[in-house]
Amino acid sequence: MQTYLDQPRLPSDDKRWKMVEATARRHGREPHALIETLHTVQETFGYLDESALRFVAGLLRVPLSRVYGAATFYHFFTLKPKGKHTCVVCTGTACYIKGAPALLTAIEERYGVRPGETTPDGELSVLTARCLGSCGLAPAVVLDSAVLGKIGPEAVLDRVGKGISQ
Amino acid sequence: MTIDELRQIAETERAAQKKYSYRVNVCIAAGCLSSGSDLVRDALKKEVAECGMQSEVLVKGVGCMGLCSEGPLVAVESAEGVLYAAVTPEQAPEIIRGIDTGSNGLRHLEVEMPFFRRQKKIVLENSGAIDPERIEDYIAHDGYTALLTAITEMRPEEVVQQVIRSGLRGRGGAGYPTGLKWSTVAKTGEQQKYVICNADEGDPGAFMDRAVLESDPHRVLEGMAIAAYAVGATHGYIYVRAEYPLAVKHLKGAIRQAERMGLLGNAIAGTRFSFHVDIRLGAGAFVCGEETALIASIEGKRGTPRPRPPYPAEAGLWDCPTLINNVETFANVAPIIRNGPAWFAAIGTEKSKGTKVFALAGRVNNTGLIEVPMGIPLRDIIYEIGGGVPEGRRFKAVQTGGPSGGCIPEQHLDSPVDYESLARVGSIMGSGGMIVMDETSCMVDVAKYFMEFCMSESCGKCVPCRAGTRQMHELLRKITGGNAGAADMALLEELCDLVKNTSLCGLGQTAPNPVVSTLHYFREEYRQHLEGDGCAAGVCKCAAKPAGKAVTA
Repeated sequence: MQTYLDQPRLPSDDKRWKMVEATARRHGREPHALIETLHTVQETFGYLDESALRFVAGLLRVPLSRVYGAATFYHFFTLKPKGKHTCVVCTGTACYIKGAPALLTAIEERYGVRPGETTPDGELSVLTARCLGSCGLAPAVVLDSAVLGKIGPEAVLDRVGKGISQ
Repeated sequence: MTIDELRQIAETERAAQKKYSYRVNVCIAAGCLSSGSDLVRDALKKEVAECGMQSEVLVKGVGCMGLCSEGPLVAVESAEGVLYAAVTPEQAPEIIRGIDTGSNGLRHLEVEMPFFRRQKKIVLENSGAIDPERIEDYIAHDGYTALLTAITEMRPEEVVQQVIRSGLRGRGGAGYPTGLKWSTVAKTGEQQKYVICNADEGDPGAFMDRAVLESDPHRVLEGMAIAAYAVGATHGYIYVRAEYPLAVKHLKGAIRQAERMGLLGNAIAGTRFSFHVDIRLGAGAFVCGEETALIASIEGKRGTPRPRPPYPAEAGLWDCPTLINNVETFANVAPIIRNGPAWFAAIGTEKSKGTKVFALAGRVNNTGLIEVPMGIPLRDIIYEIGGGVPEGRRFKAVQTGGPSGGCIPEQHLDSPVDYESLARVGSIMGSGGMIVMDETSCMVDVAKYFMEFCMSESCGKCVPCRAGTRQMHELLRKITGGNAGAADMALLEELCDLVKNTSLCGLGQTAPNPVVSTLHYFREEYRQHLEGDGCAAGVCKCAAKPAGKAVTA
């Protein structure tokens, strides 16, 4: 029987936890709501930290190992906070053959970060996408939320530099 | 909602649209949107308001028009019809003020150019014509008549029969006969059943399903509802990638509208048929395109496949009989019911009926989304629709089927596009990615690229795929680095055979395909890397070694 005691305590009084709770409740707090609930955490907090994983495990009454397993299995979820700016380089086939690797090399040489990493000052995260579906614009990069199409290594460094300094 | 009420809505909507002398359609699907087409639409609307032409000119956002490389696209529907390319918000005044004469010196495309003329649109017929966020626009284009006809005038068995007779095959890639799948699920007796739409489009370089969902979401919902009626399901899930926010938004809106109109939900059209649809977001795992992995993911677990049989048709979601079809497959259903199976079966080849949507990209002049009748030669797609290879470079290969497919060289360009012919030349139909490569691409590097993809997407459940893809990737890295010998090549070929034959699911079983096909057609390129002749395309970091110092096997 479900009682008030079943409900895990919110990790903090941050209002966003209420949204996480609402998602779980909408699915009857059933174990199958795990991925949907993790989506809500990531959407509201930007990443999944340990307290979030523990909270979700309690909320859906599933082992923490299963929550951790799902959170690390799916590429979309990230356990680390992203930098202030994100630069997503598309590495879909069309972008790959039109020069995406050169963009990644240029960014790594300038900022010292590889895909999936964030600069030590937390300014820039570099990510790759399997395919943005903007193959007509290949190679494509998404800087924060702006799509930059048909872009070369110099232009991408220029735009990233400007984006960070803003 | 009865069929008469539906016709009434369609009439009202058509009449409302006809009142305008000019309809300006702006593509707001992801391709054009990333070039700022939403700003173009807003600028056009503002301009219409400023000129006081609201009663004459209707500006609406529509789905994908196909020629993504020329975006943002703006089509003016009038007596003449003009299609503007690469429109900027600043050009809005010129378009609106010159709308009656059409003369404004802006760059426009020939509507009769081969890119458009050689296509045949069934799945994409509403794409670029209707506003995907308004159900009335879909209804005005015969939307939901197939569903209401099916549930009020046909028995479920008749619907299944129609799909069988149409010859429709699964558009997810493998080409399993859709009607056969439906009848298997239908025959499982009276119990809880599910319909799942696989919208976890994961192939890099493929965006067909996204375009369909963004441009015409109701078409997919209608197909799912017809399928549910035919097989006896009451609940459906659309498993869509979280990376497609616009598609998710349009789908959510479409479900809400259809429910409000009584076209989804309980007792549809006053019959005993009820159908509810939920959306489940994928979370970036390529393996979830495999049906048993997808089901595990909907159940909230890690997306790992399991051995089949039992097939999902017998024991799928929560162990209930489950029908899983791809987005494009469902999008074909309503036209088949509306126009009859014979109409559909008349299009295409003997074994592959209808059309196929491809995402044409890479080293080709016209990139974008195309729909062609089955049986069209690859050459026509690349040279007529695609406009050939740019900058006078030489065509090298066309890749179909993504990481599960192969590279088709020049000598097979006259092969017709159908499931069997593409398999015969060492590739697969796949979900519809079609990437053209020229002499600047190194085929060994391409094989390595796809192997890297399979390696990092392997779920790790079975050893051949988990360890095999890693070993093959390492070998390809050695080859492209110029550090491999004949023994490495032999091992690579042996692994191709092993991984293909012993992996648990389709991901592993097809992972060697890009290597096998490039080895078959481009062995000379492998030899060059091995024997120190360097990478002819200049992609790999292995410089040609001076003569005499070549690594000999």
